[in-house]
Amino acid sequence: MKISHLLLTATVALAVQSCKMKSTESAVGGDAAARTYVAPGKYDELYNFVSGGFSGQVAVYGIPSGRLLKVLPVFSVNPENGYGYSEETKAMLNTSHGFVPWDDQHHLALSQTNGEHDGRWLFANANNSPRVARIDLKAFKTMEIIELPNSGGNHSSPFLTENTEYVIAGTRFAIPVGNQESALDNESFKKNFKSTASFIGIDKNTGKMDVSFQIILPGMDLDLSRAGKGPSHGWFFFSTYNTEQASTLLEVNASQKDKDFIVAVNWKKAEEYVKAGKAKKMATEYVRNTFHEETHSATTEVIKEVLTLDPTELKDFVYLIPCPKSPHGCDVDPSGEYIVGSGKLAALIPVFAYQKFVKAIEDKAFEGEYNGIPVIKYEAALHGEVQKPGLGPLHTEFDANGNAYTSFFVSSEIVKWSLKDLKVLDRVPTYYSIGHLMVPGGDTRKPYGKYVVAYNKITKDRFLPTGPELAQSAQLYSIDGDKMQLLLDFPTIGEPHYAQAIPAEKIKDQSVKFFDINKNKHPYVAAGEKATKVERKGNEVHVYMTAIRSHLTPDNIEGIQVGDDVYFHVTNLEQDWDIPHGFAIKHAPTAELLIMPGETSTLKFSPKTPGIYPFYCTDFCSALHQEMQGYMRVSPKGSNVPLKWHTGGEDTTRAVAAK
Amino acid sequence: MNRKLSAIAKVSIVVAIGCILMLWFVPMWRIDLAAPQYPEGISMNIWINDVKGDVEIINGLNHYIGMKTIHKNDFKEFVYMPIALGIFCGLGILVLIFNRRSLFYMWTGLLLLIAAVSMYDFWKWEYDYGHNLDPTAPIKVPGMAYQPPLIGYKKMLNFEALSQPDIGGWFFIVAALLLTGMTVYEWRRAAKYKL
Repeated sequence: MKISHLLLTATVALAVQSCKMKSTESAVGGDAAARTYVAPGKYDELYNFVSGGFSGQVAVYGIPSGRLLKVLPVFSVNPENGYGYSEETKAMLNTSHGFVPWDDQHHLALSQTNGEHDGRWLFANANNSPRVARIDLKAFKTMEIIELPNSGGNHSSPFLTENTEYVIAGTRFAIPVGNQESALDNESFKKNFKSTASFIGIDKNTGKMDVSFQIILPGMDLDLSRAGKGPSHGWFFFSTYNTEQASTLLEVNASQKDKDFIVAVNWKKAEEYVKAGKAKKMATEYVRNTFHEETHSATTEVIKEVLTLDPTELKDFVYLIPCPKSPHGCDVDPSGEYIVGSGKLAALIPVFAYQKFVKAIEDKAFEGEYNGIPVIKYEAALHGEVQKPGLGPLHTEFDANGNAYTSFFVSSEIVKWSLKDLKVLDRVPTYYSIGHLMVPGGDTRKPYGKYVVAYNKITKDRFLPTGPELAQSAQLYSIDGDKMQLLLDFPTIGEPHYAQAIPAEKIKDQSVKFFDINKNKHPYVAAGEKATKVERKGNEVHVYMTAIRSHLTPDNIEGIQVGDDVYFHVTNLEQDWDIPHGFAIKHAPTAELLIMPGETSTLKFSPKTPGIYPFYCTDFCSALHQEMQGYMRVSPKGSNVPLKWHTGGEDTTRAVAAK
Repeated sequence: MNRKLSAIAKVSIVVAIGCILMLWFVPMWRIDLAAPQYPEGISMNIWINDVKGDVEIINGLNHYIGMKTIHKNDFKEFVYMPIALGIFCGLGILVLIFNRRSLFYMWTGLLLLIAAVSMYDFWKWEYDYGHNLDPTAPIKVPGMAYQPPLIGYKKMLNFEALSQPDIGGWFFIVAALLLTGMTVYEWRRAAKYKL
């Protein structure tokens, strides 16, 4: 009896053991450490540009080490280097609704030539106040930000055509064009709300962005998009949701139809319509902010019109392809032949064939119209469906060997499948809830392969806990072999959405080391200590200051009065790599300046009370960095203390009458 | 009595002139510096008429120890050196034309003299820069001088310095060795054949 009792207990214990939930610690292969180890002093193989999500910035990581190399300020102010605070950079964050210090940065696109990354520029979208930024990859600096008119949120962006002819911006929210007010009910939505897909032309040489034309689509939400490539070059494909056209409780109301659409736009044809003068000029207002290399300063232009194309009037350049269940990704494979839709609520992945799609248009294989736009028959454009791939497909990228990698948010995994026969080949878990994934070059005609990176929304138990607010993460997997293999987890800034990666060789040798001071055309540059001075213009005081190891000139300033606006124009005179100087003054309600060698930056400060205001260099520049400091004397308004300044001996003092 | 030069000595004159002319196209001397903060190194190249390379960076660093800044215009040598070497080349042609051993010996001596004077002058400048420091310099190490090595390696504070001939300097050395060798050869030839 006793023995049988023991046996029973043992059996139960064993059963419980075998029923244990799958562990979250994945088996990381034996050589994972070696494959991600980049020895001190060695360089990574790839640059990984990762969207910063609600940080508004872009992060640069090294792959395979996962080391954070830099955070590039783009859509949010960055007190760390004065971006958005200095007089020179404030204009970068101007919009038609004034200065906006924050945004939500989702997707990135590296410029391409012949469908390959060329290492010139990185484009970034702002999801909230609709904008697109261009970042120069020589100086790693945001050089241009253009706003989008008639957009309710720029999510479907900044995807590129294969020769960087256009960067795309599709609205995520349908809104009344012209943004006039409108009642919020389904009837009003159907009548007044529209979606726009903006084609932003890019100057081949300078990268300058211009909204070439906007296509006004029926009201629905444009999610993601991809340009055709190779044979399908000339087309752009957008995924959509809320084709139900609901304005409220989209969670339910936008999930009613079995199929939403992939919008296919023939942009070459749209170009022809524009050339033929068939686009309509519409009055609007949006801005373009440009950072000028030579003056180290940004300016804002207001643009007052935009060209629009209406596909219900101008036929044959916009078609709709039915795609199951609110698709997120609509990704074009390296050959340009296949378009993969990822219906985030669907139980399969439809793959469309470009050739069949073109033939369907020729054969007029339409199932009807949606708000005046022809809808192609699903089967007519379909190459096939990947059956039972997983739950919640979001986004697909490709390797160079005809394989696709799709992220699954709900089942939290990456699934590898074959484009040829649409068979699932392999699956690996991600930790946890992957959004986008990225194969280096996986969106181009020449994928670099080797790795796939998962960008995850939830990290929970993956890292040491840091309170309720946790980092999100990226996970690096090798895709060299038949089986995907997890190599590395690394936390990210903000929320990583989409990312891009490029071999280090395409960028590292062009990286700027410092700015040539002889080319500095800033209106307030002091190109040497002899050029330093302090000038009063009414209640504006301009300090032409220089910084060089290890002093600021002038470092003693008197004759400032309460009520003055003091502009410190600080020029870093160094001409050597990695010698920035910082500048901060006590009680300034803004931020510091971080000035690169050869650059001029300006901090505006309006002291509120008389007294002595210390200022100093904030970047540990040299052995005597701590001594790199000075004082500003602020006197009461109307004081007769003369304006004077110097550094070192009294012989350099230049007194000027107070008035 | 045959006081003429052998054919090989005549060739050596042309070669030596060729070597010296190279100094207008390549630097003569180089000083390389390395420090923990400068793993890539910084270097200064001395030409017969200029000083190039990372001079501005070196000047920036030198202010810590109170060393004078280096400026091309402070060196009269950059005017004299091309003149002296130009005259030397011109004289070489005359030696070739007059074709006399005695002139060849003197001409060789002139080159060695130029070399000796130049090195002495170079040492003097280095001494001056290394010792005459600004008494108000931020960094003062008692007993420390910053004279770079005339030739070879030396460690000064966090910097390692290596001073050596650059490409032009090696051409100069080739010319000097060649002419010295030929002088010995001519001398022996004269003695042997009692010319």
